[in-house]
Amino acid sequence: MYFLKRILTMIPLLLIISFMAFALIRVAPGGPFDRERKPASPEIERALRAKYHLDEPLVKQYFRYLGGVLKGDFGPSLKYRNHTVNDIIKQGLPVSLALGGMAFCFAMGVGIPLGFYTAVRRGQWGDYIGSFFALLAFCIPAFVVGPVLIMIFAMKLQWLPVALWHSPLHFILPTVALGLYFSGRIARLMREGMTDTLHAGFITTARAKGLSESAILWKHAFRLAVLPVVSYSGPLLADLLTGSFVVENIFRIPGIGVFMVNSTINRDYTMVVGLVLLYAVLLLVMNLLVDLSYSLLDRRVRYE
Amino acid sequence: MKSLTRLLGNSSGRLRFFWRQICRSLAAGAAITLAGLGTSGCSSAVTEQADIVIINGAEPESLDPAIITGQGEARIVRGLFEGLTRLDPKDAVPVPGLAERWEILNDGSVYIFHLRTNAVWSTGEPINVDDVIYSWLRVLDPMTGAEYAGQLFFIKNAEEYNTGKIKNPSALGIHKMDDYTLRVELTGPTPFFLDLAAFPTLAVVPRDSIEKHSDRWIMEKPLPTSGPYTLESWRIHDRVRLRKNPRHWDAANVQNTLVDFIPMESAMTAMNLYLSGQADILWDKTIIPSELMDVLSLRPDCHQFDYLGTFFMRFNGTRKPLDDVPVRNALSMVIDKHQIVEKITRAGEKPATHFVPKGMVTYQPPKGLAYDPETARKLMAEAGYPGGKGFPTVVYLLKSGKLDEQIGVELQAMFKEHLGVRMELRQAEWKVYLAAQSALDYDLSRSRWIGYYNEPTTCLVMLMSNNGNNRTGWKNPRYDELIREGNRQVDPKKREKILQEAEVLLIREEVPIAPIYFYAGVNFFRPKEIEGIYFNLLDEHPIHAIRRVSRNRESRN
Repeated sequence: MYFLKRILTMIPLLLIISFMAFALIRVAPGGPFDRERKPASPEIERALRAKYHLDEPLVKQYFRYLGGVLKGDFGPSLKYRNHTVNDIIKQGLPVSLALGGMAFCFAMGVGIPLGFYTAVRRGQWGDYIGSFFALLAFCIPAFVVGPVLIMIFAMKLQWLPVALWHSPLHFILPTVALGLYFSGRIARLMREGMTDTLHAGFITTARAKGLSESAILWKHAFRLAVLPVVSYSGPLLADLLTGSFVVENIFRIPGIGVFMVNSTINRDYTMVVGLVLLYAVLLLVMNLLVDLSYSLLDRRVRYE
Repeated sequence: MKSLTRLLGNSSGRLRFFWRQICRSLAAGAAITLAGLGTSGCSSAVTEQADIVIINGAEPESLDPAIITGQGEARIVRGLFEGLTRLDPKDAVPVPGLAERWEILNDGSVYIFHLRTNAVWSTGEPINVDDVIYSWLRVLDPMTGAEYAGQLFFIKNAEEYNTGKIKNPSALGIHKMDDYTLRVELTGPTPFFLDLAAFPTLAVVPRDSIEKHSDRWIMEKPLPTSGPYTLESWRIHDRVRLRKNPRHWDAANVQNTLVDFIPMESAMTAMNLYLSGQADILWDKTIIPSELMDVLSLRPDCHQFDYLGTFFMRFNGTRKPLDDVPVRNALSMVIDKHQIVEKITRAGEKPATHFVPKGMVTYQPPKGLAYDPETARKLMAEAGYPGGKGFPTVVYLLKSGKLDEQIGVELQAMFKEHLGVRMELRQAEWKVYLAAQSALDYDLSRSRWIGYYNEPTTCLVMLMSNNGNNRTGWKNPRYDELIREGNRQVDPKKREKILQEAEVLLIREEVPIAPIYFYAGVNFFRPKEIEGIYFNLLDEHPIHAIRRVSRNRESRN
């Protein structure tokens, strides 16, 4: 029941989001057909605006657009005039999904063990070194990590390709560049969660009962300590899956992250709204899934 | 106590369940990855290696010859669709394309084109005059949204047809004499009409495909093309792949079979990809890392040459005190252009005192204002602003970008140092910049102009009073008349003289603009591996002439 309600509230939310995006991008100065060189005659500009219905009142445009969306048609791209928004998402999204999925696995696979380890070794050398690396990963942005990785592994050692997206070898550097920051973040979340949990009363009780240390850590502490990571993983996954402008740009990956930024700069109205909707749906769904997993991980959480 | 045990969850069943959860979420990540790879990874896997890999600048907005406006797109489209003429790979002058010969009558205002009888679409059907007429009328139809339709306005009644003043296409100066003969009547002697005929806007496109698929016709498979290549594949933001068209009339002289165009927006990535040997040619000047040019320009595979583009500054002639000619003169005279090309741009640009770049066959540009701070100070004092006193703070509008910002800062310093003029920078995102410039919402503005045929009017028409690209508020009937007068001239010498007179108005007398530098063409390719790229003012290098001489990818650095 609770989840059904959640799903139903998504609909008005998506309507508001799409209308905001639709209206705001049109308010921004300049239009999709503004160029350094004006069209040869005003008639051409007028015809272009008429063709894409930009000459209609805003609300009428919006309902026309909505009608298309309901049929699964996000309209033509105003910048890439041989493609529809559907074409571009269909080509780019799988690439971004793949990259995002790999980066997610990398971030989780590195972050959770690192956080766990540093929390258990709190105050010891292992903690200092591990936490230092987590902090480092957390502090260096992808636009520094990417070029450094390229410089070392592609240009100097020549183990991996510089850019493009053609074979599994091409996947490694972008995955690390994209996932590293998040692995640092997850390690820190994990470490904090674990540290807090280890001080909780029930752990003391468990110790008093004479449970083995590994049982305490793995069976009891970890489950609760991982909750902040889980709640963070929803928006993280939505973020990663819709592509990263920086990483896709540095490694010239044909995903949709590049479009997220460029469509706004280009005033590609249909593209902007289509991508905003895509992102919104992903974010809402991921948050829903996170809440769902809460109730499974922590039995104190119940949804009525 | 009971609830505590529940909380602890010591039953092993629940533990297993929990682990399943974690595994499931990682599995979900992996599944998403695999799903993504399944639909994208495999299809983009390289199965066949291209003969030549070219890094080509931004993703093409379109590959429809009527719609494209950028050089990157044109370089691909010229391979796919041919016009009546095409460019010679060496010097980019027009040579026979789909037309094997032509006659020029009436002092250059009538052209009769004789089409090749052996020209066919890549799908086998013959190409004849009807295809040419269809293609040109399509460009002129405002509904096509062909922004470069102006390339055809030299044809009689073409502009009137485009703006709706004439509805009947038979009133146009385009006449079919027979299936392979086309008569074109122009508005006047147009010495560059053959150059225009080689321009993608005038290329011949397949009617059936366009009528059947409208905007997405270019994605049709197989796509009928009129040029030396067919479109093998186009994955957005990934690659455009062209394959030799065996049915092209000149297929025997096409030097390669498979050409990849890699779209790229990051200069660093472009350079890395080229240096690592994964690309053969890097020829887009917007993705050359200018901060490394002093090192890169020493390399034997860096080729720099003159290019038909000018970077300049617009004065807003509708604002005080910039409506004052001596003030504009003074500001122009304190710009140390050598400093800008040597310290900032560094890709082989040349300082500019005139607007039309050097190197045109039929035109020698006049000399403009020299760097002369002394005279500038005098002019300013005479205009009532000695040492900049009383001169309002002006705003320099520029687009965001490192290079443009550096130039803005340099200009700021020059105006302050020599004239005591305070200037603020207003950096705007591209579309905001364009909108502000069009609306004359600026005092001074960063500007550039790229010509597209080897004749001075390609630049000079920009500043005619009613030209949409003027954007200075400067209107001068004498200038307009000189351009029109020049266009009426048959004798090239007379034409040159009149156009020079017009340019003098721009750069010495009225000064609505201050030329700063001429762009340079920059191509990177390893001469030991790649041949058939020649340097010309248009920076055009037809791909059918490009040849790989060795696949020696060792020569990387």
